[in-house]
Amino acid sequence: MPLSLYDKLVDANTVRRLEGGEQILLYIDRTVLNEYTSPQAFTGLREAGRRVWRPEASLAVVDHVNPTAARRMREIADSQAAAQVDYFERNARDFGIELFDILDPRQGIEHVVATEIGFILPGMVVAAGDSHTTTYGALGALGFGIGTSDIEHYLATQTVIYRRLKTMRVTVGGKISAGVSAKDIIMAFIRSIGADGAVGYAIEFAGAAIEALGVEGRMTICNMAVEAGARGAIVAPDDKVFAYLKYTPRAPNGAMWEQAEAYWRTLKSDPGTVFNREVALDASAIAPLVTWGTSPDQAVAIDDIVPNPARETNPTRRAGMVRALEYMGLEPGTPMEAVRIGHAFIGSCTNARIDDLRDAASVLLGHRVAPGVRAMVVPGSSEVRRVAEAEGLDRVFLDAGFEWRQSGCSMCLAMNDDVLGPGERCASSTNRNFEGRQGTGARTHLMSPAMVAAAAVAGHLADVRKFEIKA
Amino acid sequence: MQPLTEIRGRAAPMQAAHIDTDVIMPKQFLKGIDRAGLGDKVFFDQRYDSVGAPRQDFILNREAWRDSRFLIVGPNFGCGSSREHAVWGLMQFGIRALIGTSFAGIFNDNCRSNGLLTVTLPADQIAMLLAHAGDPARNMLMLDLASQEMTVVHNGTVIAFEIDARRKRALLVGLDAIGTTLQDAQAIGQFEATRRTAYRWL
Repeated sequence: MPLSLYDKLVDANTVRRLEGGEQILLYIDRTVLNEYTSPQAFTGLREAGRRVWRPEASLAVVDHVNPTAARRMREIADSQAAAQVDYFERNARDFGIELFDILDPRQGIEHVVATEIGFILPGMVVAAGDSHTTTYGALGALGFGIGTSDIEHYLATQTVIYRRLKTMRVTVGGKISAGVSAKDIIMAFIRSIGADGAVGYAIEFAGAAIEALGVEGRMTICNMAVEAGARGAIVAPDDKVFAYLKYTPRAPNGAMWEQAEAYWRTLKSDPGTVFNREVALDASAIAPLVTWGTSPDQAVAIDDIVPNPARETNPTRRAGMVRALEYMGLEPGTPMEAVRIGHAFIGSCTNARIDDLRDAASVLLGHRVAPGVRAMVVPGSSEVRRVAEAEGLDRVFLDAGFEWRQSGCSMCLAMNDDVLGPGERCASSTNRNFEGRQGTGARTHLMSPAMVAAAAVAGHLADVRKFEIKA
Repeated sequence: MQPLTEIRGRAAPMQAAHIDTDVIMPKQFLKGIDRAGLGDKVFFDQRYDSVGAPRQDFILNREAWRDSRFLIVGPNFGCGSSREHAVWGLMQFGIRALIGTSFAGIFNDNCRSNGLLTVTLPADQIAMLLAHAGDPARNMLMLDLASQEMTVVHNGTVIAFEIDARRKRALLVGLDAIGTTLQDAQAIGQFEATRRTAYRWL
């Protein structure tokens, strides 16, 4: 029977099927740990007197609570956050796990760091304590998020209890237009299928528009697939992936690279594979999107208007729209381009890699941030920051009036000191526009990095396609 | 994990779709290194106003629902962040079972790990339960895990539900998942050795 890539990866890592039920024992090749979802897992190990099964399969990265002020410091004013970082460092040391701490030149957002150093490779199965672990699908690895109890289970056994998902193939045909990016493709997908449209599924993204994207664009897509409920999102690895990995510090080299690449080239769904669900999207029909509500599927094209709940026939959806509009302080019928912002944020594991910063900088060149807008760039990693500085992108951002900050999760979820106040409105290159996500009462509009840049200059949500590019 | 056999108590309706874990447990309460103290933080921004006073329009703040053991929830409950703090908070508040049409994947696994029962039912049964849950005179439920049935106490309606057999057994005995898996340590070790021989770069 022809098999999907997802099923092949699950089969390859199945230790055994568990009796009585549909669960399997799934071997995990790698994890990345962070300071906020792991502490109770380590405490559990300590209390039970258990060791870590394979410490070298784990990498510990401080990313969620660290400040991102331009000058790096080991100290954190927030005593709870400081205690988390201290305990994280102690756990890494006591259990023999490699740690990238705040001052490490390799520090960054876990999903940016793990890919740029070649810690994650095609064909791996990766489970980690962060929902955006789906990012690794862009390299042809199966990545999925787990909770703290399952982190503890992984650490002690190198496995998780797993239940096989249904498969969905999303074929994105055609070609994206100028001003449209990977972020718009995934936002268009989430809008079309709904925030629960892929619950219970693993997605394989395919088609000409996906093949045409760079590896980082595919990461944006796989990363945000979880916002449709997918617990896994894969793109079959190709030459672009192999070129991306070839010179990363931890990729295999020499004869082992040859052997690995030969294997990686076999990682694709068999011809004739029947997926449980097929979805098709036309990339040429996608416009730059912005969210208007508090769920990632509540999005419209930038040249559209705030929708009217009265026209929604499904009562649950209508109630959700009414509540979202009240929270967001928006009136039906308002043009999205008329929505004024006070903040612009470029960052997150979704959109803070070097391609994202290049996109945003190309829009900003020769422009200034509008008066009254606080704009910041938080690079995805220290390495991204260094590359950007070598290219002079920091000057473009600073000259435009953006803050050029250190790396971390920052205002994507506002666990550190980058927090918005009640009612403050932000154009954001992040992944979740949930109530309270960027601060209690804060209002988030999701969009691509280029669109955030355009909004920062305009002072309101703006169509990057109409924007005067001076570069 | 504590064994779970039966649950008896009130149900509260929470029918909005896509209630995410940021809403269930806001980020300001994720900075602990233990699991404690989350019961009065669950749904914090919906429960309390800007000066910290309980909002009377929030269902779990109202007298009739304050001691609820069940939540009847809308689709995709628990979506978003993997934070298990959401489950810890719900359980510390006193919730023992969530009943809805669908649950987000990571959240559902986190419930499993902590012995918080999730029951998936068709939309028409959820609509019926929501109607009961919204009325304090009719919102008592009894759930028996062994027989996979719940009963609406005031009128005796019985609803059967499905649950994975292994998950059910784990809940009934309060299984130590890690201890159980470690009984397979030899199989895991052999699997690992074979895999790392075939794919030496792993």
